[in-house]
Amino acid sequence: MAPNSVNGVTHEEDVDGEIDYSDIEAKYKVQYDEGLDNILVVDGVPIIDKSKLDKLLARISKEFARKGAPVKTEDMFVPWNDSTGKSNGCVPSVLNMLLLRSLACTIDRYIFVEFKNAEDAAYAMATMHGHPFDAKHTLFVNRFTDVEKFANLDENWTEPEAEPYKPKEHLRAWLGDALGRDQYAMYRGEDVEVHWHGKPSQCEVAHKRTGWTDLYVSWSPVGTYLATLHRPGVRLWGGPSWESQQRFAHPLVKLIDFSPNENYLVTWSHDPIVVPEGMPQGPQYFSPEDEGNNIAVWDIKTGNLLRTFPSALPEGEDGAKRQMQWPALKWSADDQFVGRVTPGQQISVYELPSMRLNDKKSIKIDGVVDFEWCPHGDKDKEDAEKAIAAEVANQPARVSVINFPSRAILRQKNLFNVTECKLYWQNQGDFLCVKVDRHTKTKKSIFCNLEIFRVREKDFPIEVVELKDAVTDFSWEPKGERFAIISSNDPNLGNPGPGVTIKTDVSFYQLVRAKGDFKLLRTLPGRTSNTIRWSPRGRHVVLATVGSSSKSELEFWDLDFNLDEMRREGPNQSKEEWGVSIQHLGTADHYALTDAEWDPSGRYLATSASAWRHTLENGYAIWDFRGQELEKQILDRFKQLLWRPRPQTLLTKEQQRQIRRNLKEYSKQFEEEDAAEESNVSAELVALRKRLVDEWNAWRLRCKEEVAEELKKGGKKVEIIPEQPKEEDKEEIEVWIDEVIEQVEEEVVDEAPILLLQLADHAFGGYMTDLTTTSSI
Amino acid sequence: MRLWDIQTGKCLYRWEFPTAVKRVTFSEDDDQVVCVTEQRMGHQGAIRVFDINRDGDGTDQSKEPLSFFNPTGSKAVVCAFAHIPSLILTGHESGKVALFDAKTGEEVLCNERAHLDVVTDLQMSTDRTYFITSSKDKTARASTPPTLSQKPTALACIGLGYEACQIYDTRTLMVIKTFQTETPLNSAALAPNKPYILLGGGQDAMSVTTTSLRQGKFETRFWHKIFEEEVGRVKGHFGPVNTIAVSPKGDCYASGGEDGFVRVHHFDESYFRAKPYGDLEIEE
Repeated sequence: MAPNSVNGVTHEEDVDGEIDYSDIEAKYKVQYDEGLDNILVVDGVPIIDKSKLDKLLARISKEFARKGAPVKTEDMFVPWNDSTGKSNGCVPSVLNMLLLRSLACTIDRYIFVEFKNAEDAAYAMATMHGHPFDAKHTLFVNRFTDVEKFANLDENWTEPEAEPYKPKEHLRAWLGDALGRDQYAMYRGEDVEVHWHGKPSQCEVAHKRTGWTDLYVSWSPVGTYLATLHRPGVRLWGGPSWESQQRFAHPLVKLIDFSPNENYLVTWSHDPIVVPEGMPQGPQYFSPEDEGNNIAVWDIKTGNLLRTFPSALPEGEDGAKRQMQWPALKWSADDQFVGRVTPGQQISVYELPSMRLNDKKSIKIDGVVDFEWCPHGDKDKEDAEKAIAAEVANQPARVSVINFPSRAILRQKNLFNVTECKLYWQNQGDFLCVKVDRHTKTKKSIFCNLEIFRVREKDFPIEVVELKDAVTDFSWEPKGERFAIISSNDPNLGNPGPGVTIKTDVSFYQLVRAKGDFKLLRTLPGRTSNTIRWSPRGRHVVLATVGSSSKSELEFWDLDFNLDEMRREGPNQSKEEWGVSIQHLGTADHYALTDAEWDPSGRYLATSASAWRHTLENGYAIWDFRGQELEKQILDRFKQLLWRPRPQTLLTKEQQRQIRRNLKEYSKQFEEEDAAEESNVSAELVALRKRLVDEWNAWRLRCKEEVAEELKKGGKKVEIIPEQPKEEDKEEIEVWIDEVIEQVEEEVVDEAPILLLQLADHAFGGYMTDLTTTSSI
Repeated sequence: MRLWDIQTGKCLYRWEFPTAVKRVTFSEDDDQVVCVTEQRMGHQGAIRVFDINRDGDGTDQSKEPLSFFNPTGSKAVVCAFAHIPSLILTGHESGKVALFDAKTGEEVLCNERAHLDVVTDLQMSTDRTYFITSSKDKTARASTPPTLSQKPTALACIGLGYEACQIYDTRTLMVIKTFQTETPLNSAALAPNKPYILLGGGQDAMSVTTTSLRQGKFETRFWHKIFEEEVGRVKGHFGPVNTIAVSPKGDCYASGGEDGFVRVHHFDESYFRAKPYGDLEIEE
């Protein structure tokens, strides 16, 4: 490239002394609008002689009109080859003189068609290209201008320069925080903030941006990326500087879903994909084949589009459209497979990263409703078999556990009188619970069975927990052998209305190892809770009443309250006292809360009242696991709070055990830090208060003096501050109340009549002076 | 305006005005009373000061005011005697707070931007050297102090997006303390002998029916006068609190609510004993 930089010294000059501007001219050359955009070259027309011309043109015109691109025969221009007397000649014409010089050899059967404008031409090109004219001839349509462009194309391929490698930021840098804090993202109004959360003095805003997202924000499953949704698509952000890491062009995207290991992203938009003319092309963009689909699968690292799908709406029994299931594609725990259910027909499993159908065929199951992959447990080896649990809605309903990729059915169970089924895997894949909503013969009332598959044991033994009430929520303890359910026999269940709060019972169940069945630990009756939130570490659980306008209680429970004692006394002791280790830790209230979420460490719980649901006291609160409020913010237009997830620990089992053993030593250090912090904070606060009081007192004194002076000047004798408060002028009031209780008249025969008076007196305070009361009649 | 005998509940005297009386207050020595009447139907808003004649049975009051003036500018809605009885303090619809000379009706001093919305209440401290106002405004302000002889020259403001209650120096009309709540305030009172203030409010009467009691907007709030921190709440009303008054001795308070109830609360023993902020000597 010729150097023409302003700062440079190398202005090359010609021999004549004139500066060579050719490079600049080439650079800034104006692209003239050639005005021939409305002309198409239609190739592949049959070779005919002049006599048949009218017939041919009429036929072509008809073909075009049929596809919605009408064109008159007058607008078609046919070049003639005079030497043969057939079409495709070299008739000199203003239009094609220039063109034919280069084209005569490449095109043999072609005509020119002129359209009203470039848009019509573009449409005709899109629809007519590759159109079969008759059995032998196929039409190929190109732009007149393109022909020249491609003819002039430089045939020499030059190797593109390799971009210099730019080191990427460490995407997990936040885990190296010296204070060991967690982060959460908060979306309020137009602002998105990422906060550090730790001890009160360590809480601070890590990053803040206005208008960061158009819809909502979302963390990826292990917290590496923060996803924001915009009209043109999704963007991922991460690293210490919060730079954009990747973007996916899916216009009007509404829902997103990450694969468990953050390798892939699924996006969904309500509007089917359209690829308008002039859209950028490439592996990262939709191509015309994707038109009409709603779901797209992307590779996160490259940003490439892998495949698109139409969204499958489950067909309702009565023809009514039911809500679409999300996530629509379900990922296996290791990102190797992704499954998609076609309701009533099959489960299609695709391999990653090719996104090809596994084994080239779907798993055909008549009447399939839903399926879930078995989660990956800590104990699993890398290539452990993957199990799918699928449910089938025929009468009788059936639940199957299928091995994948062998597709062998491992266990099946038929269920009768089923209204609805739901599958819940325990997060380590140890248990599978099928919550079966059953109806009585009259179909009037609903009750619930829990069919629990013990997946780790041979032949998958099934145990049934029968319940009399409908179960509204079910939740496994993470990494645990317990689960909690919320059941209700409230007649209002199923018809929610304003002001209706449904009465519920909360029950905890635990696996009895010896017998291998689940036994009720404890039931908490007469609650209004409708949401169970287990701490991600298990043991602690919060019961919340969410989305109610009249109740908003949070209950904090500990299921291993006497764990330390139990350890000391040995395991034998605990058997007798079944269920005593459940302890209520605290009750709290967050008015009109809409969400409750544990932080990844299981130490804090965040509750929020989002403006998306209502506008009453929007904001959020953070509690510790005992239900003590740590922070509460009432924020206008508050929308979302999300804890940043953490990846799995890198410590080995042995290292974790080591830490647990030496916990006392570690905690000593933390306690010292806590104490130092507390005294620090309180010292600051005390000083501030003292300063405020001193300021106030000084002002008061000054004020009093000045006012006294002012009043004196005004000629008034008022003394604002008496030098010494005089002895209060005590006024003594004595009140005597005479109450005649009884009056007796006695007549003594031999003496003069005397009147006797009985008095009852009450003195109220003060001293009595000499006072005598006598009265006589 | 009527004069009542508290002991007997007898109405002693009636003054008739062309428009409604918005506020009446006694002077410090109870010898005078000041009232503010509304600006309506062609009548200008007026402030009148009357002498109270204590001779006889109290029915013999002078019909004519001792002084009478029409404050100009924004409507006056609340008033009180200032630290000098010849000065009258007014709160205005625009959020202005001003001092008027009772005799001449001249504006002595004003803080034009004390609040941004109507001043809903104005109550004096025991010695009348400072006072508290409440407002429905959405912005709390701090202003630089003008001196008694000058009009305010510069105003600095901090936008905070909350309703506010403020304590002012009576002589300079300078803001000393600001208290922000998330609800509009109808009334603010100073508790004698204790460093607390009492705030009452709720929200606009029109949106009351759509508000749950649980939101706690109908509670009387206690704030620390100096630290500007909330220290407690008293529940009870099921509508916005319109007015609050603390007894001069500071042993009880009364609140009147939109729900139609007047609630008289006696402070608990613990209210007098408790020292939530430790041993601090705070001047009254």
